[in-house]
Amino acid sequence: MRFEHTTDQRDFARSLDKLVAGSDPIAVARAWAEGDHAAGLTLWARLAEQGVTMLATEASPVEVCVAFEVLGRHSVPGPWVESAAYLPVALGREVAGVATVAVPPHTPYALDADVAEAVYLDSGRGEPTLVPPERRASEPVVSVDPTRRLFRVGEAVDVAGVSGSRAFDLAALATAAQLLGLGERVLADSVTYVTQRRQFGREIGSYQAIKHQLANVRIALDFAQPLVYGAAVALSEPAGTAERSVSAAKVQAAEAAYLASRVGLQVHGAIGYTREHDLSVFLTRIRALVTAWGTPAFHRSRILDSLLGERIGSA
Amino acid sequence: MDLDLSPGELAFRDEARAWLAANVPADPLPSMDTSPGWRAHQEWEARLAADRWSVVSWPEEFHGRDASLVEWVVFEEEYYRAGAPGRVSQNGIFLLAPIIFGHGNPEQQRRWLPTMATGEQIWAQCWSEPEAGSDLASLSSTARRDDERGGWVLNGQKTWSSRAPFADWGFGLFRSDPDAQRKHDGLTYFCFPLDAAGITVRPIAQLDGEPGFAEVFFEDVFVPDADVLGAPGDGWRVAMSTAGNERGLSLRSPGRFCAAADRLVDLYAATRTSSATERVVDAWIRAEAYRLYTWGTVTRLADGGEMGAAGSVNKVWWSELDVALHETALDLLGPEAEVAGPWLDGYLFSLSGPIYAGTNEIQRNIIAERVLGLPREAKGARA
Ligand SMILES: Cc1cc2nc3c(=O)[nH]c(=O)nc-3n(C[C@H](O)[C@H](O)[C@H](O)COP(=O)(O)OP(=O)(O)OC[C@H]3O[C@@H](n4cnc5c(N)ncnc54)[C@H](O)[C@@H]3O)c2cc1C
Repeated sequence: MRFEHTTDQRDFARSLDKLVAGSDPIAVARAWAEGDHAAGLTLWARLAEQGVTMLATEASPVEVCVAFEVLGRHSVPGPWVESAAYLPVALGREVAGVATVAVPPHTPYALDADVAEAVYLDSGRGEPTLVPPERRASEPVVSVDPTRRLFRVGEAVDVAGVSGSRAFDLAALATAAQLLGLGERVLADSVTYVTQRRQFGREIGSYQAIKHQLANVRIALDFAQPLVYGAAVALSEPAGTAERSVSAAKVQAAEAAYLASRVGLQVHGAIGYTREHDLSVFLTRIRALVTAWGTPAFHRSRILDSLLGERIGSA
Repeated sequence: MDLDLSPGELAFRDEARAWLAANVPADPLPSMDTSPGWRAHQEWEARLAADRWSVVSWPEEFHGRDASLVEWVVFEEEYYRAGAPGRVSQNGIFLLAPIIFGHGNPEQQRRWLPTMATGEQIWAQCWSEPEAGSDLASLSSTARRDDERGGWVLNGQKTWSSRAPFADWGFGLFRSDPDAQRKHDGLTYFCFPLDAAGITVRPIAQLDGEPGFAEVFFEDVFVPDADVLGAPGDGWRVAMSTAGNERGLSLRSPGRFCAAADRLVDLYAATRTSSATERVVDAWIRAEAYRLYTWGTVTRLADGGEMGAAGSVNKVWWSELDVALHETALDLLGPEAEVAGPWLDGYLFSLSGPIYAGTNEIQRNIIAERVLGLPREAKGARA
């Protein structure tokens, strides 16, 4: 029993973090939102070189989460969940280059289909199928997160099969890990801000009303983290209850990150309510990911079904 | 990273599981805050101790099994899953014993630990005073030096001492140096029999009507030097090493929350009250988070790390989880919720969680200041 990252995993996180932090990821995200993908694709290639796109097939879900936590912390744009979590598992091989997929009903739109070299649709009948260029709609659907450029790819068919697959679970878990990183980032930036900003002659971070809100975020994130990595460990094992562990991780990580975003905005005051401030890059991403790859309601119902099924099974 | 138990740990778990299956009383014991319930719980402690299950993590010479931290958590998981009774001895074995192991001399260890392990002597924590709750260091009960008799004379009043109405011994802090510069200095940690001359224990009924705690009055109570824990004047430091235990890992192992969450799902399966569905799932998720968080803590501690202020994060989580679990169960019970039963008992008890062991407001102050590094609020308002 060793429920802690290994030294290798920690080193991997640190090196990815250094790489991303050094590439001005906020500027990358802002450009991506404007439709200028050059810097984002350069960063993509460098991360792929570090192995991020092969983790799903070559490493364990723990490493996948380690990487996605870093992607979240810097709000790196692009269809990472699609290319580095869902598709490699669904197709059974590493994806070369940027790819994306729509998995209706949970992920009805293909993220960044305008930059992806391959666009797939997974309707739960075997492997995801390639969407021919003429069937990719050209007008993006506007997301709350301007870096998420969403595209309709053909008809959405409502199928249940996909949401029980390992590919879906890894995608949901990677999203949870990203939310964890996003939440940690917003908390860290908020702590920095409240120790600098002064009102009524003292740092606002010395007011208990502010402190307790930030303490609540610390608590929520501290308990989301073990659910994410516990689900990663569960997903590494052949049988068991990994599905509901993934759902628990997604629900709690989304809740913690969302709390971080609400509190983060509140303690920043009006400056936080501007597009100009970097906080906005994280807030809108968090809001988008709360419902991406399975809404909280969907994941809660999966947990409940599993718990009740267990009881019927043993009765 | 993994969550696998070693073959030795699995064997330990199986042994514990088998023993509990064979020994846990079929019917719940009466409340430990009544005379018959107290006796029944002491008998249960004796039964646990007879087969060395009362203090698994202690050394073998003190009735323990030298169990590792992992094994302790495993044992607790099994204990609560088996529906075993609450621990009447918990103030002693979880709060005081670590101090006796760490700061007590060999004579004190031999004198106090074995009877604590068997439940023969039950201990009460006498820390809070009427004017010193959250601000514990502002306590005013005094200890006056008596060189002639080789000891100290205690005066003052403690309050909210859990189990004190029936307990045998108490432990607490007294101001031994009235001239100390800081309020945290000049405090000394004492142990004393609650039937000593000059001690009066007045039981106080809790929200459930039972005398779960008490006021303890000290009038010229003599305590020999042999019953001082740690160095005189060093009481705050000694005491704070127990506070970490109370808030952190020891007092609330995940076992009881996981077991309660399981019972909550059972209750839901039986009632299917759709308006509470989401809260049932959330209670289960939060218990699961607590279980996994604990494994992370156990790994860190096994690597030589310290609990530190993370104990405060823990305390807020389990106490609020406990309330949420029980509130949800009451909602599922509908009109039956107001009628006596285990969920209602558990609910009333859960309400005290955000208050005792340092209120959750104080814990949040600690998290903000010591974990997040935020500035102190103002002079005087220190956690
Ligand atoms: C069931 C139960 C069992 C207990 N058992 C024991 C026991 O065995 N031994 C023992 O010694 N004590 C025991 N206690 C007492 C417990 O430790 C105290 O109640 C607790 O420390 C709070 O102190 P208080 O009740 O005096 O509240 P106060 O300190 O008066 O606090 C009242 C309110 O003010 C808030 N507050 C106080 N200071 C601050 C601050 N700086 N910032 C923000 N808010 C603040 C508190 O959070 C609380 O909400 C028990 C209590 C209960 C309920």
